[in-house]
Amino acid sequence: MDITRRDLFAAGGKLLILASVGATLEQITGAAPPSEAYQAAEHWWGMIIDIDKCIGCGNCVRACSNENKVPKGYFRTWVERYEVNEGTHPEEVQPHVESPEGGINGFPPSTREDLKSFFVPKLCNHCAESPCVQVCPVGATFISPDGVVLVDQNYCLGCRYCIQACPYGCRYLHPETNTADKCTLCYHRITKGLTTACCENCPTGARLLVDFKNPKDPVHELLRANKLQVLKPYMATRAKVFYKDLDGSVR
Amino acid sequence: MRQFLRDSGHLIRPAVILLAGLGIFLAVRTAFIPKAFGEYGHYDPAALERIRARSVSYAGQDQCVLCHDEQAKARAAGKHAHVACEACHGPQASHALADDPSAHKPPLPDVANLCRRCHEKDAAKPKGFPQVVTAEHSGGALCNTCHQPHNPHL
Repeated sequence: MDITRRDLFAAGGKLLILASVGATLEQITGAAPPSEAYQAAEHWWGMIIDIDKCIGCGNCVRACSNENKVPKGYFRTWVERYEVNEGTHPEEVQPHVESPEGGINGFPPSTREDLKSFFVPKLCNHCAESPCVQVCPVGATFISPDGVVLVDQNYCLGCRYCIQACPYGCRYLHPETNTADKCTLCYHRITKGLTTACCENCPTGARLLVDFKNPKDPVHELLRANKLQVLKPYMATRAKVFYKDLDGSVR
Repeated sequence: MRQFLRDSGHLIRPAVILLAGLGIFLAVRTAFIPKAFGEYGHYDPAALERIRARSVSYAGQDQCVLCHDEQAKARAAGKHAHVACEACHGPQASHALADDPSAHKPPLPDVANLCRRCHEKDAAKPKGFPQVVTAEHSGGALCNTCHQPHNPHL
């Protein structure tokens, strides 16, 4: 039987149509049904901290400690009290910073009305360009698809590179597991629709968990209406913990 | 052929050893590295599930108000409306998520320290926040002798 060029094109064309119909059918029928489960790609988590609302009660530190079983003397979040003397030469000003036990039991009362003083809660900034992730030699620490910096305890060697790399001092070596440990932004809570333990327990609403990818999240209005800062912007870490009314003396 | 094998035997033997070594290396590598490794980046995506699986200690506001209607109403009417229950009562997931909550009755808060942490006068606290020097304010009496904690206004 002779096959002409016309026959070949006709047969090829039919095959092509059949294949494309088959592929489309497979896409329609085989596509996974939209699930109610947590979709990491639809979130991009961060936090907004309002300095002018923080009363230094230490509720966040206690809540974090309870929720994440943080070993005593170590902190995933802590509160600092700044006392800044603005009266002398500005270049000589060194703020007095204290954080007794991370502020877990609050602070001894200060009566220094002559100083500018305020509280600064701190935690992992969940940087989008995080230095701690870049230095990990084994892929034990990583940025999750929803923007949370996490540690895989099964992979961590305990080499401490990440602890040195973090410009914010947010990591520690867990004394029992000997692996790097840090704030997980309560990943086990936020992926279940709860807020973080620190935000849940903040009595004044100074801390707010935000989702930058959710168009209905109040973060967009807050970012538009306020002057917000991140800590150490010159480190170019693209930190996702934003501070409202942050003083220039905070390091 | 026999001549060729005899002459290059010193090359073939190390080549065989090298290939066997490479084979063992690849086998061990496949055995130890999880299949999904590198799906999202240079890490094991199963770690995400492991971290998600951790248990919750604070049940969250919504759980408490399901049952404690009376307290929720009192609180919503006062200045403590935006203070979560567990901020004072502590982590209550073991109580709220239990089959029989009454078997895990939460202890009463330690009033002497609890109120003071937030309301003791401190120069660093925001000026608009209600603060007292407790020693002068109550003369040693506990806060809840006068104030009802869920709605503290007198």
